[in-house]
Amino acid sequence: MSILVNKSTRVVVQGITGKEGSFHATQCKAYGTQVVAGVTPGKAGQEVEGIPVFNTVRDAVKKTEATTSLIFVPPAFAADAILEAADAGIWLIICITEGIPINEMVKVKRALQSSISRLIGPNCPGVITADECKIGIMPGFIHKKGRVGVISRSGTLTYEAVNQLTNLGLGETTCIGIGGDPIIGTGYIDLLQMFEADPETEAVVMIGEIGGDAEEKAAVFIKEQMTKPVISFIAGITAPPGRRMGHAGAIITGGKGTAAEKMAALEEAGVRVVRNPAEIGETVKKTLGA
Amino acid sequence: MNIHEFQAKQLFTQFGVPVPKGKEIKTPRAAEKWAATLDSAVFVVKAQIHAGGRGKAGGVKLTKNKEEVPALAKELLGKTLITHQTGPKGKKVRRLLIEEGAGIAKELYLSLVVDRDSGCPTFIASTEGGMEIEEVAAHTPEKVLREAIDPAVGFQGYNGRNLAFGLGLASIEPAVVNPFIQMLGNLYRLFMEKNASLVEINPLVITTDKRLLALDGKVSIDDNALFKHPDIQALRDVHEEEPLEIEAGKHNLSYVKLDGDIACMVNGAGLAMATMDVIKLAGTEPANFLDVGGGATKETVAAGFRILLKDKKVKGVFINIFGGIVRCERIAHGVIDAAKEVGIRLPVVVRLQGTNAEEGRQLLLDSGLKVDVATDLWEAAQKIVGMRRKKKG
Repeated sequence: MSILVNKSTRVVVQGITGKEGSFHATQCKAYGTQVVAGVTPGKAGQEVEGIPVFNTVRDAVKKTEATTSLIFVPPAFAADAILEAADAGIWLIICITEGIPINEMVKVKRALQSSISRLIGPNCPGVITADECKIGIMPGFIHKKGRVGVISRSGTLTYEAVNQLTNLGLGETTCIGIGGDPIIGTGYIDLLQMFEADPETEAVVMIGEIGGDAEEKAAVFIKEQMTKPVISFIAGITAPPGRRMGHAGAIITGGKGTAAEKMAALEEAGVRVVRNPAEIGETVKKTLGA
Repeated sequence: MNIHEFQAKQLFTQFGVPVPKGKEIKTPRAAEKWAATLDSAVFVVKAQIHAGGRGKAGGVKLTKNKEEVPALAKELLGKTLITHQTGPKGKKVRRLLIEEGAGIAKELYLSLVVDRDSGCPTFIASTEGGMEIEEVAAHTPEKVLREAIDPAVGFQGYNGRNLAFGLGLASIEPAVVNPFIQMLGNLYRLFMEKNASLVEINPLVITTDKRLLALDGKVSIDDNALFKHPDIQALRDVHEEEPLEIEAGKHNLSYVKLDGDIACMVNGAGLAMATMDVIKLAGTEPANFLDVGGGATKETVAAGFRILLKDKKVKGVFINIFGGIVRCERIAHGVIDAAKEVGIRLPVVVRLQGTNAEEGRQLLLDSGLKVDVATDLWEAAQKIVGMRRKKKG
């Protein structure tokens, strides 16, 4: 088992003929993902590594029964692409694009509330179920099927954690990058709930960072509803207030959203908070007693 | 991107939000000319820097005598203001806003931001204007009202009525209730049309002659949307930014200067923050945040190197790359080229992990450069901090 995606997930890649889109569609396919279609307006009839290209998501869904979309469309057009996927009945939309204006995401998020779609991202590395399917830009080879679920606001920091889990022989079930923007489609809580229900996941690694109060909200959920152990690292204990640290969402404003506050809230909820990011894997191992 | 108060007020005017009569002034001579055109009981001379707390730092001067305006302008221009938001170095005053003063009957607070939780643009309003809103929220949370706007339908009259009557404007000054509601609608329009991430008026005043007036104004624009707004891009004031950060921006690097002595170069924002944290755990402070991004090339690595080494406080460099799309051997080439080009006298530790890490490490080892190579994050951090100590001792 796993959450969100598995080896039978059928994927359409929006923006497949672009440089990033074609590269990653090929990589995902090579990992074993069923990439059944691509979309680039005006390029229907072409193929990318044997993947048929359509003009619209609606056409792609009609012809290939894709249920999941992976978006590489540039920021100025990405909001439109997400809404197009939702309109075509895609149930899981994974948006990699970084730099979508927040006031556009505000409208997108509102519109998705009255659709069947779930959005992951934007500004995220995607979703991978180890040894089954990769729908994103993460390096597949560091993942190994195993026991731990991973949820993270970051990209490469997630790879760091995954690499430690794999090297220690713990392995992963599903890893989700939820995105580094202030407005994202899916937060920690929905995913924690799914991991709690997934029989193969024995523990969850939650990687947060400064900004907002998503970690504090997750802490309340964990305290009340999680029986599985949660191990967490929060990046940015050394970050100064008022400065955006790369991600649009990683900023301490009005004295809120500091790493210290988040760590305290998580610890209070019984989460094992790791201070040193080099010790994420070891801490999971100790927690699982393996 | 932050803009100056006078620029924010120009936007307010454009969107029908009333502001005092005022003008941007750069010289005492211009101040004299402008003052001559003003007609008011009080005149206000305000330093224009991108930081709050100007009043307390002596950056806002009031006078009842029009003749004094040029002298006050002269006093403020060129002065360095240190507020709680500028850092210890402070900020040099290069521009002023000179305005007509207003008779104040009541000060309110009003702002508009995107609430991350609901995902909606949300007004925050309070009858406790002129104070830090965080303080008001901490001590008297009942005095802070919030009104989320549904982005699907935009600002509605009821949103305005909820706030106007919620604040008790009907009893404070009934004449401003309708203008207030109209002002909220205008601010919402500004917020969405200009892709603002913050619009704040503190204080928003009710004047003694029963008008509303934005006495102060702060607007931040979403960097991701600047491409849509050439008019806003033109408002950028590079004097308000750190020169190294501007240089980094030109190379698509995300750089934030900090005060420590170990520089770091990392791919990915989360890992970059985590690397800073590890440097602190190992016993010293990071000199910067530098994310070379997902598409790091030889050129970006070289540019990053040059920027890091311009910070004279730096005593060591820690390069931490987790190869995904970015292949480690490419980074290694970049480090080798940059090191040869820039010339490195400081200790450098390069930690490579992920795609082609082994190949990258070998390249570095074979390069003949005095660069330490590591695989483990904690080991690498301890190494660089230790080398800095040795150099110091």
